[in-house]
Amino acid sequence: MRPEHPPEFPVSVHDLTVAYHRKPVLWDIDLNIPQGTLSGIVGPNGAGKSTLLKSCLNLIPKTSGEILIYGKPYEHQRDLIAYVPQRESVDWDFPVSALDVVAMGTYRKLGWFKRVGKSQKKQAHEALEKVGIGHLAHRQISQLSGGQQQRVFLARALVQDAEIYFMDEPFAAVDAATEQAIIELLQDLNKRGKTVLCVHHDLATVSRYFDHLVLLNMRIVASGPTQETFNRDNLQKTYGGKLQLLDDIAEALKNVGR
Amino acid sequence: MWVASIVFDNLLETLLLSSYNTRLVVLGTTLLGTAAGLIGSFLLLRKQSLLGDALSHATLPGIGIAFAVMTSLGFSGRNLPGLLAGATITGLLGVILVLAIRNTTRLKDDAAMGIVLSVFFGLGVAILGIVNKLPNQSAAGLESFIYGKTASMVFADFLLISATLIITTIVCLFILKELTLLCFDDSFASTQGFPVIILDILLMGLVTAVTVVGLQAVGLILIIAFLIIPATAARFWTHDLRKMLWLAALIGGISGWLGSSLSALLPDLPSGAIIVIAAASIFIVSMLLGPARGVLPRYQRHRTLKKKMGRQHLLRSTYEILENTQDTHPLRNLPIPIDKLRAHRYWSKGELKKLLRQARAEDHVERQPSGAIRLSESGFGEASRITRNHRLWELYLIKHADIAPSHVDRDADMVEHLLGAEMVHQLEAELETEDHTLASPHLIET
Repeated sequence: MRPEHPPEFPVSVHDLTVAYHRKPVLWDIDLNIPQGTLSGIVGPNGAGKSTLLKSCLNLIPKTSGEILIYGKPYEHQRDLIAYVPQRESVDWDFPVSALDVVAMGTYRKLGWFKRVGKSQKKQAHEALEKVGIGHLAHRQISQLSGGQQQRVFLARALVQDAEIYFMDEPFAAVDAATEQAIIELLQDLNKRGKTVLCVHHDLATVSRYFDHLVLLNMRIVASGPTQETFNRDNLQKTYGGKLQLLDDIAEALKNVGR
Repeated sequence: MWVASIVFDNLLETLLLSSYNTRLVVLGTTLLGTAAGLIGSFLLLRKQSLLGDALSHATLPGIGIAFAVMTSLGFSGRNLPGLLAGATITGLLGVILVLAIRNTTRLKDDAAMGIVLSVFFGLGVAILGIVNKLPNQSAAGLESFIYGKTASMVFADFLLISATLIITTIVCLFILKELTLLCFDDSFASTQGFPVIILDILLMGLVTAVTVVGLQAVGLILIIAFLIIPATAARFWTHDLRKMLWLAALIGGISGWLGSSLSALLPDLPSGAIIVIAAASIFIVSMLLGPARGVLPRYQRHRTLKKKMGRQHLLRSTYEILENTQDTHPLRNLPIPIDKLRAHRYWSKGELKKLLRQARAEDHVERQPSGAIRLSESGFGEASRITRNHRLWELYLIKHADIAPSHVDRDADMVEHLLGAEMVHQLEAELETEDHTLASPHLIET
């Protein structure tokens, strides 16, 4: 047990370094995500946001360091975790329906060899209703719009009924209505005491959507409540010399007060 | 005349499995096709088709080595289980090598597979050359593993092949759910605690089993076609994985049955080639006619949509011209000169002529003796409805999405054709308007 990473934190990262082909992508990450927060991971392209998320899920090998989920290694806590991958990470031409994809969220509880039955289908249907596309349950997934596909992924995570939700850019390239639906969903999860850790790239909405922030650029620039961390100083440290972004930052800071 | 009748009798005899030996061969190959179709579907969906090709080519050195080893130990070099065991070993070695090259160097998949496939095949040919020179035993006939020769199958072989295929099919059906998850989203599978590596090994194991027992009938060069073609053909017919699996198994089975029967009838033709040609014929039919993704159904859908769009553009333009030229209410249905219509939308002469011909055929438009055109009664009603839908949609876009009104028209042109009656009612409700003579939003703005 590490005193600086007590088990009441849903996610704690200790001294994490990740490297691809000998080139480090993440350096000495040390992080605690507090219980019940809507946490955003923000940083420029190539900052390692997705890498951090995937490391937490054991999807890429760590060069060094340790990640704990409520004080225990990930392998023992899978039941507590739901994952929404980037939409582009799968082939949407795959011959399955929206309902089939959502039902995949029940596979873990179902276990090996057992088939999806009535109760799993019912759960999947309910989750699709919750994200507002119950009427599209039997559509083949390539016939859904980008926003609807994102909702299918969210529904699959809802079916898992987890404590911690890891989401990789759920707001990327979705329509305004879907963005609104997603944020309402996140707030609902938040109200029910769940923890959400979400990779996000749109600075303009950060302060409205998240109450906790991780500013990342290969290392942690700042981590803490949005009100304390989302300021010009930290953003400049995160986005560094990328001058064209400074205007965006100024624009984003204007929104903080609202 | 009697020649034809003999050929016909032979054909019937073969297709109906009346001769004992053909019955074995045809049954074995049909089973092989069924299993290959089923398991090949997952290979295809996992996007590893070429790995199957590397695997099958890498079996050849194993066959040569197994023959040499068995001969030198004093057994018959033709023992099928022994040969297939050798094939399995070098086949898997080839796959492992592909994975090793991919993971340790920065070479991409295709390069790694190209190297392994050609080197192992070359090695195999060389080994067969050496084995051929061994004293006592002739290795002639081992070449049949390259192109496939069903006629050499005996009852013991048939039992081995059938048992393997039945077992692989059952295993595949047992882990259907897990394989689907693996192929669709492997990182999600991993977070769910399903071991991706083990599932991949299982899938490759099934593919290996089918490939190796299929070597004798289809040959190592063509077996990949048996794994891939039924699956791709099935995909044209359905978007449902379960149906696709059934269909792929069926198409594989039919190809195997047809191919091996025909090759039994015409012994000079290698069975592998005939089987692949049979499968390819089914593939071509599927590609053209398959309702889910076939070429012709898609072309038909496109044509129908284009026709609908053309009709709507024509009727709306006519209606707009009528609106622009009169201040009276209700609108009167007056004749319109063709030039005026053409200037309204920048149609080419040919395009407009075609549209008008279509509209006349649908009884929407009448030609006046003066050369002008006039909407028919039904055309007038339809034009008013289409124009109204269009404007509802424009207003909807302006109110509900942040699109500049100047950009709306182009979007509306495309999307209005996708609006059904239900959507229109919804728009009406949302816009809370009962006004039947909606002005265009362009006018509202000015």
